[in-house]
Amino acid sequence: MKEMTYRDAIREALYEEMERDDTVFILGEDVGVFSNIFGITEGFIEKFGRERVRDTPLSEMAILGCAVGAAMTGLRPVAEIMYVDFTGVCFDQIINQAAKMRFMSGGKIKVPIVIRTNGMGAGFQAAAQHSQCLEALFMHIPGLKVVIPSTPYDAKGLLKTAIRDDDPVMYLEHKLLYSIKGMIPDEEYTVPFGLADVKRRGSDVTVIATQAMLHKVLKVAEIFAKEGVEIEVIDPRTLFPLDKRTIIDSVRKNGKVLIVTEECKVGAASAEIAAFIAEKAFDYLKAPIERIGAPHIPVPFSPPLEEFYIPSERKIEEAIRKLIVAR
Amino acid sequence: MLADKGGGLLLPREDLLKIYKTMVRIRVFETKVAELFVKGKIPGLYHLSVGQEAIPAGACHALEEGDYLVSHHRGHGHMIGVGLKMPKMFAELFGKETGYNRGRGGSMHLADFDRNILGANGIVGAGIVIANGSGLSAKLRKTKQVTICFFGDGASQEGTFHEGLNLAAIWKLPVIFVCENNHYAFSFPSCVGCPVGIAPRAAGYGIPGFRVDGNDPLAVYSSVKEAVERARKGEGPTLIEAVTYRMKGHWEGDPDHIKQIYRPRDEIQEWSAKDPLRKFREKLITMKILSKEMDEEINKKVQTEVEEAVKWAEAATYPFPEEMDKDVFATTKVELE
Repeated sequence: MKEMTYRDAIREALYEEMERDDTVFILGEDVGVFSNIFGITEGFIEKFGRERVRDTPLSEMAILGCAVGAAMTGLRPVAEIMYVDFTGVCFDQIINQAAKMRFMSGGKIKVPIVIRTNGMGAGFQAAAQHSQCLEALFMHIPGLKVVIPSTPYDAKGLLKTAIRDDDPVMYLEHKLLYSIKGMIPDEEYTVPFGLADVKRRGSDVTVIATQAMLHKVLKVAEIFAKEGVEIEVIDPRTLFPLDKRTIIDSVRKNGKVLIVTEECKVGAASAEIAAFIAEKAFDYLKAPIERIGAPHIPVPFSPPLEEFYIPSERKIEEAIRKLIVAR
Repeated sequence: MLADKGGGLLLPREDLLKIYKTMVRIRVFETKVAELFVKGKIPGLYHLSVGQEAIPAGACHALEEGDYLVSHHRGHGHMIGVGLKMPKMFAELFGKETGYNRGRGGSMHLADFDRNILGANGIVGAGIVIANGSGLSAKLRKTKQVTICFFGDGASQEGTFHEGLNLAAIWKLPVIFVCENNHYAFSFPSCVGCPVGIAPRAAGYGIPGFRVDGNDPLAVYSSVKEAVERARKGEGPTLIEAVTYRMKGHWEGDPDHIKQIYRPRDEIQEWSAKDPLRKFREKLITMKILSKEMDEEINKKVQTEVEEAVKWAEAATYPFPEEMDKDVFATTKVELE
């Protein structure tokens, strides 16, 4: 085992997969000479050359379109969209082209494309157009797999799976996680899609959380542990395919559930999760399903405004306390 | 100013007849589609290539097996031009399991991926950027395949036109961009929407650009052939603006086809007089390559081909809904609850 940052885990996954399979190539803005805004592709041009590490013009539609066409004709592109917010510029290629080609062809073709977006999320005062969490939009589209890793271990394993997967994968990273550290195996490993990870076991309350929120929940869980209350923390890791089994089993066991994501609550992925919990585990609930998300406003710039926007540990703690005393 | 690249072109007799037959097949096929649609026999939305047959007939003749083709919503002509079979095309329009897309796609998504025909597309302009993908793929895999990408004057107004041509130019991708300027983007005249025309924009990307008579299949053939050769040699993309005219409405059911809404009737009449199919027939008859008897024979054969294809498609079975769970992803089934 070795310790590694989330950023380096992503880098290592990309590196290993590009070594393993020479149909894998990278394209995006500033991914080559600049080595990506977080340095993820540092050293890649030296190792793999400019043909496989392609700097592109500022043309998200062309970047994605090229990746879709290349994926349809024998290659395995990893296209980068610098911030998830910029997917708005090339949404057609994601939702109408990449996602639907296989189905519209009658299942005769595969589109093995990975679309990586750097840092979702707020916390750097990057303001409204550089700070969103848009996973719900992609979860909603049939034909896209949606991956949201929270730890270095998951980041590496899931990216390898994403690259080897024959389907379109939205691989969504989070800004605040690049420098967090975690242990990863020395030997080769992958993390499958559709398998949630119980990051912490407990029998009092179930909390489902993603990315930056997951880490806040784990910290809050420590506070409760001191009080003798054990929180079970579930990280879905992939929103599609989603591991409903693990979630339902936990809710049936504990009867109380809180879902915490950084998304705007309205129409969030957390709403979908809450819905199927209500559908499948209603009789086991001892309290209404609780959700925490961001308010229905664009991410504000000024630090106190942004701080208000991002769900806090205090909010998470209060929500769990409410659940504990229910029934 | 139309560069007449058709004059003095020497193609063997069989090639000229093949091009002519392709045009006949497209015309008869599309006429049958219109008939089936108006009788309520085929579902969906149809954008027919009547009057625009010369472009696919000429362009596809310049391609080789293995080359990629990207088309758009008005794509039946390209599909026939590149050799898709009529029975499976009709089966797809009827929504049958034996259609090219197993009934999942319909007219706007017709494709034959086994032969590198990447398909029609329902989003105007989307194909332009996808074509760069097959172009890049051929380049990275070091094959000599080229990609031909058809789109309309409307698509040239989309952002994907700019992004796509620019990327193809700077990466020297083996793509031939063929703009079928039929004078209208639905109801929006191209003389208003892109008054400078499309070919001149090539200069902005530093690539060769030509405007040709899109109703002369030989002019289309020779300009596409040059572009194909350029692409195969690694010299990069070309833009060809083929000027033609849309003889029917934007889609089957377009009220403008019956009564003037956005196209002047005398304009339609003027272009009808320049029907590319009739003009090419007359040319071949003048050149003594075709006779009236031969032409009748060809038309009869094509008519039979179309009728039998429709019968085959009508008798075919519909797909089973429960099988759709395997069609979304290659490696995962979806829940069809």
